[in-house]
Amino acid sequence: MQKGGVIMDVTTAEQAIIAEKAGAVAVMALHAVPADIRKAGGVARMADPLIVSQIIDAVSIPVMAKTRIGHFVEADILEALGVDMIDESEVLTPADDQFHIEKLHFTTPFVCGARDLGEALRRINEGAAMIRTKGEAGTGDVSEAVRHMHAIMGKIRELKGKSEQEINRVAREIDAPADLTAETAEMQRLPVVNFAAGGIATPADAALMMRMGADGVFVGSGIFKSEQPEVMAKAIVEAVNNFDDPKALAEISKGLGLPMKGLSIGQIPKEEILQTRGW
Amino acid sequence: MLTIGVIAIQGAVSEHVAALEKVSSGLNCKIETIKKKGIVSHCDGLVIPGGESTTISRLLRFEGIDKELLDNEHIPMLGTCAGLIILSSYQDKDVEGLGLMNMQVKRNAFGRQAESFELSLEVTVFDSPFDAIFIRAPAIKQVGNGIDILASVEDYGVAAQQGNKLALAFHPELSDDLRFHKYFLQLLDSSS
Repeated sequence: MQKGGVIMDVTTAEQAIIAEKAGAVAVMALHAVPADIRKAGGVARMADPLIVSQIIDAVSIPVMAKTRIGHFVEADILEALGVDMIDESEVLTPADDQFHIEKLHFTTPFVCGARDLGEALRRINEGAAMIRTKGEAGTGDVSEAVRHMHAIMGKIRELKGKSEQEINRVAREIDAPADLTAETAEMQRLPVVNFAAGGIATPADAALMMRMGADGVFVGSGIFKSEQPEVMAKAIVEAVNNFDDPKALAEISKGLGLPMKGLSIGQIPKEEILQTRGW
Repeated sequence: MLTIGVIAIQGAVSEHVAALEKVSSGLNCKIETIKKKGIVSHCDGLVIPGGESTTISRLLRFEGIDKELLDNEHIPMLGTCAGLIILSSYQDKDVEGLGLMNMQVKRNAFGRQAESFELSLEVTVFDSPFDAIFIRAPAIKQVGNGIDILASVEDYGVAAQQGNKLALAFHPELSDDLRFHKYFLQLLDSSS
């Protein structure tokens, strides 16, 4: 039950404990945070199961871990380790350019990234129990997460008041299942929780995503690439609870030290963009 | 007019609000979400939803709501999942139960996410079983004086009542069965 919370990327048991103490609702176990994955280049894979197990043993909150897109054996391994949720993630190098994992075959719930409504509904149709915006991971530039949240929420609003025929046409246009599109139109939200992720680096960034309608946020490199991770982690948790209170946000944002340095989206060569992985 | 406050720090807030709206429709009743101090004392009933107990516990302290709950312990309260832990006397390095109910609890008593389950549960105060959804659920190990176990799984209590306080280890707000929310409303009636 992660709604209204902050999920933090961690690479060691020590970092997981810091995240738990700060009030994270879950941690994402990785071998490197996205900013370092980006820097290192090469093939990015599932984290070492030893690290994942150490993190599971270190904290009482849920532990998530990432599998490569389409790599159902990495997902099997993560399920065997006992992770609480699996992220089929574009941050890692995709293993399959044709099929995402058939997530309905797993007991462990999945979270998947999406850039627009069609992509979100395709993932839900495969069994994703949670959607997150892709954003552009490891940049500290929130603009892509904002773009993806606009795309998803805007399209949902467009569905309002449409007839069944019109909804079916939209479903075809966005390549999404008709029943899920109709359900989304009716509920005026995704049928599963929708978190923001990718480039969130400050309490204000987190609150911005909540104001745009996110059910919660993932913070990747933004915590452990900042100058004072413990302080930043606590502040982002508090900001998500106070996202609609500017006075509280002003207090929460004071004296946190430097956020992660970051990389603006315009500086990244096209072939190094992560969000276009998956479809 | 009755006001029911739902602690809205994190977790299954909207689901509880929706369930309370359904059971109170037609009654003169207002549902209010609580993220800050200053509201608790005006409420006739309070719900502490499920979520992550570490997060909820820390933010209750940060916002000063923990003290308000202790100062207003006469108000009927319903705690579900993490809310059950908050009502109990549980203490560890990250979670401080408020001790409003006289019971010892265990966090994640039934295992991790993959061990979550749904169960048709016999409840002492209902005529027929309740379909209960357990997600990384806590459980009641031991209870003190004045507290009744309303339902059990294995050796654990999973629903308990102490006067006008009700604690459930599962998520009644995620099922369509509103009997526990109705039962809670009756606790408000008998207190006022």
